[in-house]
Amino acid sequence: MADVPDNAPEHCPGTTSEKAGTSASCQGCPNQSLCASGATKTPDPAIAEIGEKLSSVKHKILVLSGKGGVGKSTFSAHLAHALASDSTKEVALLDIDICGPSLPRILGVEGEQVHQSGSGWSPVYVEDNLSVMSIGFLLSSPDDAVIWRGPKKNGMIKQFLRDVDWGELDYLIVDTPPGTSDEHLSIVQYLSSTHVDGAVIITTPQEVSLQDVRKEIGFCRMVKLPIIGVVENMSGFVCPKCKNTSEIFPPTTGGAEKMCQDFNLTLLGKVPLDPRIGQSCDEGKSFLSEVPDSPAADVYRTIVHSIQEYCSKRVTGDQDTC
Amino acid sequence: MDKEQNNEIGSLANVRHVVLVLSGKGGVGKSTITTGLALALRQAGNKVGILDVDLCGPSIPRMLSVGRPDVHLCDAGWVPVYTDAQKSLALMSIGFLLDDPDKAVVWRGPKKTALISQFVSDVAWEELDVLLVDTPPGTSDEHLAVLENLKKHRVDGAVLVTTPQAVSTGDVRREITFCKKTGVPILGIIENMSGFVCPHCSECSNIFSKGGGEELAKLTGSVFLGCVPLDPQLSSSMEEGKDFMELFSNSATSTAIGGISQTLLQRLQTT
Repeated sequence: MADVPDNAPEHCPGTTSEKAGTSASCQGCPNQSLCASGATKTPDPAIAEIGEKLSSVKHKILVLSGKGGVGKSTFSAHLAHALASDSTKEVALLDIDICGPSLPRILGVEGEQVHQSGSGWSPVYVEDNLSVMSIGFLLSSPDDAVIWRGPKKNGMIKQFLRDVDWGELDYLIVDTPPGTSDEHLSIVQYLSSTHVDGAVIITTPQEVSLQDVRKEIGFCRMVKLPIIGVVENMSGFVCPKCKNTSEIFPPTTGGAEKMCQDFNLTLLGKVPLDPRIGQSCDEGKSFLSEVPDSPAADVYRTIVHSIQEYCSKRVTGDQDTC
Repeated sequence: MDKEQNNEIGSLANVRHVVLVLSGKGGVGKSTITTGLALALRQAGNKVGILDVDLCGPSIPRMLSVGRPDVHLCDAGWVPVYTDAQKSLALMSIGFLLDDPDKAVVWRGPKKTALISQFVSDVAWEELDVLLVDTPPGTSDEHLAVLENLKKHRVDGAVLVTTPQAVSTGDVRREITFCKKTGVPILGIIENMSGFVCPHCSECSNIFSKGGGEELAKLTGSVFLGCVPLDPQLSSSMEEGKDFMELFSNSATSTAIGGISQTLLQRLQTT
């Protein structure tokens, strides 16, 4: 993957490319001599360090979507809650949405501080077996904006993976920002020396959302990231008074179901719109324990079960091949 | 110096007002609101332009049903695409310049910055009353690039879109700080997806809570421009690229959007 520094000229071939330091556009670039020396073509030593650090993590799951606001963080948080409801499992969440970290609030740990210990940053614990790391914990006020360009965001993600004392984990869930840019490339690159189980892709039913999500699927295929399945969120709304269903975000092109058929992907489930989900998130509580008997909670549990099953299969599959 | 001035005359000199549509949060309806405001402003007799700089997920071409036209270059730059014969609504999307619309644009910041910088100053806008700039979520490369380049001409200010939940207003608070740090005046806050009226029994459900946008406006001393309800007719019109403001001109939603566009116009003319 081409790496282009912030101060590089427009047609920079990428620091890891064959032509680094020698192409016509490298003339006058402050990095030219460094690139020409070949030092930039060797892999980032951090990748190996991260591999070492995360060797005690059994399963790694990325939560992705090309589109913003479809419920990635809500899903990540509830997946974590559901997995951690088994008290024998250790679960952690990593929020790499640097400009819009929502997990601290959704998990009810906003305003908590990250502590430094001998073995690195200690994540914030939501439950005994559920920890979370987010840039939200490093900001001094809720008004603080992180106005960072790509390279600085990448540095932060590297630190989150390498310098956080994650400990022994059964699951590490990574919540991502919308799009297919720096954060996504970095997380895949930094995790390249470890085994990632795969990605869960979140979408809403409308075409405006699906058209961005298709691109994300293309991204996963490009970087060879397996896709565990797709979750359709905000799928229909049941009026609490008359019990009639309204399609607030209508699936005019067949929704996630059609897209999964087209791309030969598993549809993990359709989570209906329920005002109590958003409310639980605002209050930092788990919807699954607040309203356990709702249809949406049922769907969540089915989805989590499929993901658990997928991950356990991957473990045996890997042992065969390793 | 001379050359640069010429360039500006070609691109933004005939544009009266430039308004950014921002939100720290994704999926709150920036593109829907941008399109809705553009349609409302046009209905009120203004010449409107939309500049869509969301590289990873350009949605406006679909919402205005222009698909993927060939864009042409003239001496002054890229010729925007007109959605009607009267040339009252012009659109330029960064999506038009990409080779394959279904392929993901997997670019890191510097490459995006380079394309956006060129793109922003190279569109040959004709006379426009308002140019709305639709942005991707966040406070990063794209936003800095857009601002740096638009500021050479002028930026009247930004409209911030949020949904009512605290999870969303929390991100928009950060966007307000971004505006303050970069010196962009805040024209006002719009609360989108505010309440849903059941078409069967008329019961109003606040699916994503209620009042968060107004509260945020009070807290930060910004103008509250208004609420836009959740409306399946609005989402389907956007999906199908139909003119919602004309098709559902009597609905509560179109009245709300129309009202917001008028308040915005007044703010632009007085400040």
